[in-house]
Amino acid sequence: MATPTGAKKELKGADRYKAGVLEYKVMGYWQPDYVPKDTDVIALFRITPQPGVEADEAAAAVAGESSTATWTVVWTDRLTAADLYRAKAYRVDKVPNSPDQYFAYIAYDMDLFEPDSIANLTASIIGNVFGFKAVKALRLEDMRIPVAYLKTFQGPPTGVMVERERLDKYGRPLLGATTKPKLGLSGRNYGRVVYEALKGGLDFTKDDENINSQPFMHWRDRFLYCMEAVNRASAATAEVKGHYLNVTAGTVEQMYERAEFAKELGSVIIMIDLVLGYTAIQSISKWARKNDMILHLHRAGNSTYSRQKNHGMNFRVICKWMRMAGVDHIHAGTVVGKLEGDPLMVKGFYDTLLQPHTPVAPELGLFFKQEWASLGKCMPVASGGIHLGQMHQLLHYLGEDVILQFGGGTIGHPDGIQAGAEANRVALESMVQARNEGVDYLAKGPEILAKAAKSCKPLQHGLDTWKNISFNYESTDTPDFTPQVTPAR
Amino acid sequence: MHENPRNMTQGQFSFLPPLTDDQIKAQIAYAIKMGFAVSVEYTDDPHPRNTYWEMWCQPMFDTKDPAAVMLEVNECRKVWGANHYIKVQAFDNARWRESVAMSFIVNRPKHEPGLGLARTEGPGRSIHYRVHSYATDKPRGERYK
Repeated sequence: MATPTGAKKELKGADRYKAGVLEYKVMGYWQPDYVPKDTDVIALFRITPQPGVEADEAAAAVAGESSTATWTVVWTDRLTAADLYRAKAYRVDKVPNSPDQYFAYIAYDMDLFEPDSIANLTASIIGNVFGFKAVKALRLEDMRIPVAYLKTFQGPPTGVMVERERLDKYGRPLLGATTKPKLGLSGRNYGRVVYEALKGGLDFTKDDENINSQPFMHWRDRFLYCMEAVNRASAATAEVKGHYLNVTAGTVEQMYERAEFAKELGSVIIMIDLVLGYTAIQSISKWARKNDMILHLHRAGNSTYSRQKNHGMNFRVICKWMRMAGVDHIHAGTVVGKLEGDPLMVKGFYDTLLQPHTPVAPELGLFFKQEWASLGKCMPVASGGIHLGQMHQLLHYLGEDVILQFGGGTIGHPDGIQAGAEANRVALESMVQARNEGVDYLAKGPEILAKAAKSCKPLQHGLDTWKNISFNYESTDTPDFTPQVTPAR
Repeated sequence: MHENPRNMTQGQFSFLPPLTDDQIKAQIAYAIKMGFAVSVEYTDDPHPRNTYWEMWCQPMFDTKDPAAVMLEVNECRKVWGANHYIKVQAFDNARWRESVAMSFIVNRPKHEPGLGLARTEGPGRSIHYRVHSYATDKPRGERYK
């Protein structure tokens, strides 16, 4: 990029504001000596500069374009406390094993952002800057949100502990299933799947992300039949049961209408899709808090920008934003299932959703120490190509606070849906029992399941059907750091 | 078609064969190792939203011996076992949980009538549901006879 002045260092005063074009780093967006304040928002970007653009200039450009800069000097900057409002790139590291990529740390003063607005935060951080020509590719890897800013957000409307208390379910992962086929069932047929799965032993069933109100099944019909199924199953088992009623719609007014109807019918939970947009998510989150409703989020759409390593944003950032925006459940990976998910990366997502504070852990992709300021915990959901033969691995990798969703693994059971649900529940309970008894359940998982199957035929048949199914593909979103690397700063 | 034969499946282990005393003791030992306070509760109303079962004793915050907790389970069984559900609960008072960490059934009444569903039809095809525990049709003390 041409610099008329040829300046190398940050310019000040009249020189800085002479009309023309300057390099971003001499405009004040590169400040290697800057020490971030506790109240700063910090973003970590993976930058692939265009050939010929230095890493620090590229970092400064990202800082500039995501805060106050435009392409040319403007004198009106001088009407403001411009030094404060400028984002500051203060550190650039080479990405291990990726010669053309850099991690850039950029600090933003908290006053750049509207309180309690994910939309406003993201309009800066992932706004224009991602199309900026000086960088070939750009990925938002992580963010440190200051406690003061977090405190302006409501967080999950219910939170893990209150959800468990409402459901009266403790000490084990919850079980769910997505109704299949995802498209085409009539309301009456759809409710049948819900009833069978819940009566068989699952805690939850779920609408799929693209089930809204289509010609084959309009939303009211689905809601009515599903609630018949939920209540029948609840009476049959003496357990609280739920079906995530997807209230996603074309307009927010319709979304509220659907949510109100779910409430009228006595549902404990509703569901939304990530494609709703951040503003609508925050709105329905506040509605959910007000109406004692658990709020399930399906991450539809995220892989379009979170999967590739060089461009877009890491899913852990979505996890952070969604914990702030306030959802109770979010799909966050299975490790062993059919969808993308390196084990360490998935642990980073789960920790981000569940922990009261997370330390720096580059091997998990966590670049910052994050205090969560008493925001509730958000329950991760593991869904997509998992089955009962993997129960020991699921419990080991994902822990107790998780919803394991076996859609095909319930509905596709050779003896029917109730049998599928029962098999999953028996597999889960026997694994938790073994873990609590001190058994090395990860190593002995198959033995534990085989033993439990002796008194549960559906489990035996499930194991016979799925025991050899696994999805061993290499992940694309993998850690850049091995656990031996010492975290810097 | 296969039908789930159980009609009251609250708690962590209701889908497994009834736990033996040794198995119960192993779970209690785990709870104590985790720093949880174990308690024993009983009821004759298995309604899913019957939150407050009768407390057999306070949570045993200071008891470190699983056998001592097992003794309470067995004492409770002697008094209420014939016609009540009894559960063992473990409470975790650590910050960020401060709630129940474990809960499982250790005793069932001899006869389990289960729950029924009553429907009240409303406008627009909507139905209001009432889940109702058959045992509560009779006053307490006369149920399960």
